[in-house]
Amino acid sequence: MSEKAAITLTINGKDYAIAVEPRRTLADAIREDCGQTGTHIGCEHGVCGACTVIVDDAPVRSCLMFAVQAAGKKIRTVEGLASGDTLHPMQQAFMDNHGLQCGFCTPGFLMLAVGVLEREPDISDEDLIDVLSSNLCRCTGYQNIIKSVRAAAAEMRK
Amino acid sequence: MSAHTKGSGGNGMKWVGRSIRRVEDPALVQGRGRFTGDLPAAHWVRFVRSANAAGTIRSISAPDGAMVITAADLKGVKKITPMLHKFEYRPVGQPILADGEVRFVGEAVAAVVAATEEEAEDIADLVEIDIEDAAPLVDSRAAIADGARQIHAEAPGNVILKGEAKTPGFDDVWASAAKIVRIDARSNRQNATPMEARAAHAAYDSVTGRVTLHCTTQMPHLMRTAIADCIGMPESELRVIAPDVGGGFGQKMSLCTEYVLVTWLARHLKSSVGWTEDRRENLIASFHSRDQYITLEGAFDKDAKLLALRADVLSNVGAYSCFPTTSGVEPLMAMAEMPGPYDVQQYQCLARGVLTNTCTMAAYRGVSRPVITFTLERLMDKAAKAFAIDPIDIRRNNLITTFPYKSATGLDYDEASYRQTMEMAVEAIDVPAFRTRQQAARAKGEYLGIGFATFSERTGYGSPAFAARGMAITPGWETVHVTVDPSGFVEARIGSSPHGQGLRTTLAQIIAEEIGVTPDMIKVVHGDTDTAPYGWGTFASRSLVISGGATLIASRKIRAKLLKIAGHMLEAAETDIVLEDGKAKVAGTDREVTIAAMAREAYTQTHRFKGEIEPGLSESGTYDPPGTFSNACHVAIVRLDPETGHVKLERYLVAEDAGRIINPMIADGQVHGGVVQGIGNALLEEIIYDESGAILTANLADYMPPTAHEVPPIELHHMETPSTQSVTKAKGLGEGGTIGPPAAIVNAINDALTPFNVEIDTIPATPQRIRALLRNAERAP
Amino acid sequence: MKPAPFVRHVPRSLDEALKILAEVAGDDGRILAGGQSLVPIMAFRLAKPAHLVDINEVEGLDKIADDGQTLTIGARVRHAAFHKPVTANPLGALLAYVARHIAHYPIRMRGTFCGSLAHADPSSEWCLTAATLDAVMIAKSVKGIREIKAASFFDGIMSTHLKEDELLAEVRLPLLPADAKFGFYEFSRRAGDFAMSASLVTYRLDGGKMTDARVGLGGAEASPRRIAEAEAQLNGKAPGDAAFRAAGEAASAAIEPLEDHQTDAAYRRDLVKVVVRRALEHSLK
Repeated sequence: MSEKAAITLTINGKDYAIAVEPRRTLADAIREDCGQTGTHIGCEHGVCGACTVIVDDAPVRSCLMFAVQAAGKKIRTVEGLASGDTLHPMQQAFMDNHGLQCGFCTPGFLMLAVGVLEREPDISDEDLIDVLSSNLCRCTGYQNIIKSVRAAAAEMRK
Repeated sequence: MSAHTKGSGGNGMKWVGRSIRRVEDPALVQGRGRFTGDLPAAHWVRFVRSANAAGTIRSISAPDGAMVITAADLKGVKKITPMLHKFEYRPVGQPILADGEVRFVGEAVAAVVAATEEEAEDIADLVEIDIEDAAPLVDSRAAIADGARQIHAEAPGNVILKGEAKTPGFDDVWASAAKIVRIDARSNRQNATPMEARAAHAAYDSVTGRVTLHCTTQMPHLMRTAIADCIGMPESELRVIAPDVGGGFGQKMSLCTEYVLVTWLARHLKSSVGWTEDRRENLIASFHSRDQYITLEGAFDKDAKLLALRADVLSNVGAYSCFPTTSGVEPLMAMAEMPGPYDVQQYQCLARGVLTNTCTMAAYRGVSRPVITFTLERLMDKAAKAFAIDPIDIRRNNLITTFPYKSATGLDYDEASYRQTMEMAVEAIDVPAFRTRQQAARAKGEYLGIGFATFSERTGYGSPAFAARGMAITPGWETVHVTVDPSGFVEARIGSSPHGQGLRTTLAQIIAEEIGVTPDMIKVVHGDTDTAPYGWGTFASRSLVISGGATLIASRKIRAKLLKIAGHMLEAAETDIVLEDGKAKVAGTDREVTIAAMAREAYTQTHRFKGEIEPGLSESGTYDPPGTFSNACHVAIVRLDPETGHVKLERYLVAEDAGRIINPMIADGQVHGGVVQGIGNALLEEIIYDESGAILTANLADYMPPTAHEVPPIELHHMETPSTQSVTKAKGLGEGGTIGPPAAIVNAINDALTPFNVEIDTIPATPQRIRALLRNAERAP
Repeated sequence: MKPAPFVRHVPRSLDEALKILAEVAGDDGRILAGGQSLVPIMAFRLAKPAHLVDINEVEGLDKIADDGQTLTIGARVRHAAFHKPVTANPLGALLAYVARHIAHYPIRMRGTFCGSLAHADPSSEWCLTAATLDAVMIAKSVKGIREIKAASFFDGIMSTHLKEDELLAEVRLPLLPADAKFGFYEFSRRAGDFAMSASLVTYRLDGGKMTDARVGLGGAEASPRRIAEAEAQLNGKAPGDAAFRAAGEAASAAIEPLEDHQTDAAYRRDLVKVVVRRALEHSLK
């Protein structure tokens, strides 16, 4: 154990005052200290991308950041994608195109794709495949994830 | 890309055959799924695992004040001892924590309990386990060598089971062959790698004395039965819930020691206890698969007709036997299904399961069939080469074309389309155009290859198939309770336990079709042993066939009852009534009554039925089918880089027949996902042990599931040959996608390698292996 | 798989960072920059630093400066900063091309150029770049500033000649001649995986002949380095298949190959031959 730090995490516009050890990863803090369990943990070593969230407009692995490093930053997770009852185009596209099966990797893929498309709305199809190769999915074979993200990209450009 | 030849509304049905959106999705895309690891707990467990592959535990020392559970604390907790009553099976027991001896790297030796996961891991780091090393046996061939150290006292020679088959007249037919073709195939070890690793959360209720175990499992009821057995508690005191489950692929259908321990601890501490497996543990200590050597010989007549097959299957089953399927799951599947889609009536097989100092083998999507299909389809390509005929022609000569067909191993193949799906694939891929392109590429020093895999897949098999293996537990049937409640909404409680397959959607389609309501009025409930009927869960490409069949049977009863009620309420003959659009209508009139009104009547106005109709509107269906065979032809086109050994998949095509398709979108998704796991199997994924029994691939950079980048667009073509062995006419397709790729891809690699005169018969066909073959060929004069 | 406990220090200035580092260096203190390599090894508990000096809040470390001679890259410049060319000099295009091969997009959002060098993974694209271009590392500590040439910076697998109280404050890359050609090629099994061999080459053309050739090789030996034997096959020759093949062969023969479960020595030599030649071929595209 080491001394806990009192910090405030701002997740989807809401402040969470929490006390965490410096070693607490952002992924664990989001899930356990802030109760936002939509962000999933698949490997804890930065390969699978299930824990991808957007921190200050950058899609990042939340298992490779410490929670204390995210204090004062704007964190966005899957729970914040929809506005009220209206799904984000990316969420809608995943549903329309069967871009998910078990749904465990889905939050990470959604945040990865939204994070990158917000930065690079005109990203090429080839680069998009490269981006999507950042995360692992074991159910879909990626076919419908790619289809979903392309559909959402077109919708987001409108 | 997908072309459905039937279905999609073209079958005269309203809901079956339509790609409706999944009811599972809205929660999952909004982060509102509920997975086991989402639950808070008062205590967290960290397992201390053996760093030694084999040896005797001299001592375990824990830091002062820490709660560290060892085997000594678990007196009265039974070992996990799966049972087969056939095939010279030697029952071996697995203690919940290593008891005196360790048998693989990663075996749980102690369990640390603390308030947080971090703290538990800190303490676990301080637990010292002193082990007197024994020489580990990692490879199955070493383990059966004369004089090899015995891993379990119960299994002499380390052979845990031995299956033998030989058809009458085999020797004569063998002797008559014009050519014998042989392959020595090697399938290396894999991990199913669900994105959610294992997790368990047990909470004790001080009021009732019951424990509720949430765990990520494919079979909640059997977990309840097995864990209660191990601990020695009444099943009524244990409630098992499989909440959202992040993929399973077979890995989550076996009982794991960790779940037993977490349940025991919750009772012991009268509190809540959580365990979340980390990825390293999952890779080294969950369950592995596919570690096999198969030698297969085919005897052909002078016209390349296959007369007989002779197989020797050596399956490395690891340190213990998995529950419930036992370590027979791979070798016995290999023995029973080796002949595949080919018409061959003479067969001899020796299939052995071999204990080693490695992680226990269990089911993984496809179970043995990716390996045997790889072996058999390589054999067919080798035979084509030996006879100097086209690989497609040798398949045309030998595929089964008349049904029903009884295999040399006694399996009954129902109507299928082995030949037709292959021809469909051959046409779609345009083989002549490819051969032209291949020749042109070779002239430029570029190497393309095409490979085919045709296979049958036994799906949806009931208890007799498991009984044939002599299993002490024969998972087979499924029960479904369908209830139309007084509001007119429908609930179906099922014993299957889907975890990504979309069964809540497809079963709703089956019910909707039968009773004339819309799927959004139907809720399919599963995964909670307190509310779901006893069932076997979701595995073995069974749920749509068996649970779907039970659903249809129950729905038909509901339909019959609705017709009776409507007859009463509308004063019409049942035969004149149609159920559609949520109503019962008298054909040719404007008289109708809503299902909601009939449901209300069924509960609240039963006196009107005058005893002719039972009160309520709830029916049950149970189904235990014999099994039905799906089939497919997979085609891969690869580009081989001879300088690096790298294989790039250019095209991948599947022509498949899984009988009636309930939801084409979901069916396609199952095939896509299966194919990509198969691509991993063929090219990338390999658990590698060193000689000391340590795993060199204990992270996701070294153990390599494919990413979006390694996967080509997958083209799907479907046929629908309705099953005669399944009440819904559907066949299973959960595993088929995974079965074809190793065969199709490695055949394609070997086609590309033709100019170099080398062949690869090992999966995964890694660049290092391919380069080694080419380097040797380059050195040869 | 949770990291062991540590004390986190959050300096706001470089001086403060160096002071803290001096205090904790002897007590297994380390710099935390992007964390994309350090945090995974902490998660596996292969590293258990007692102190982390987090430089993410230090002013001024995220600067990239081009003074017409040298490109200076600050300690907290992230990989993603190079996604688009950072200078009109050919070096900008080179760095942008190489950057795309580093791990995956979200990793590039956090990971840093200098952090990669300090981590010294043999497969690191930036380590290869620094070695090929003869970067100069600027190591700072409370005792002063040291300039370390790339050729004497790396000290085997995941090891450098940085002292424990030194921070790799910046890296200086010489700008390339305006007419410089470059080429890069790496081989890995999956997108974003560690390179099993990678090569970066630069050269100029003088009367149709290559001159000032640099052939860097990464992922093949314990540390990336320039391969003089390969460069010798290029200087004075016309760019083309014969010279490129000769360079690949020379590099393949010159190395002391790393071995692991997916790459034995013979295979590594095969790969080196190919990546060097293909990097050279890329220079013509």
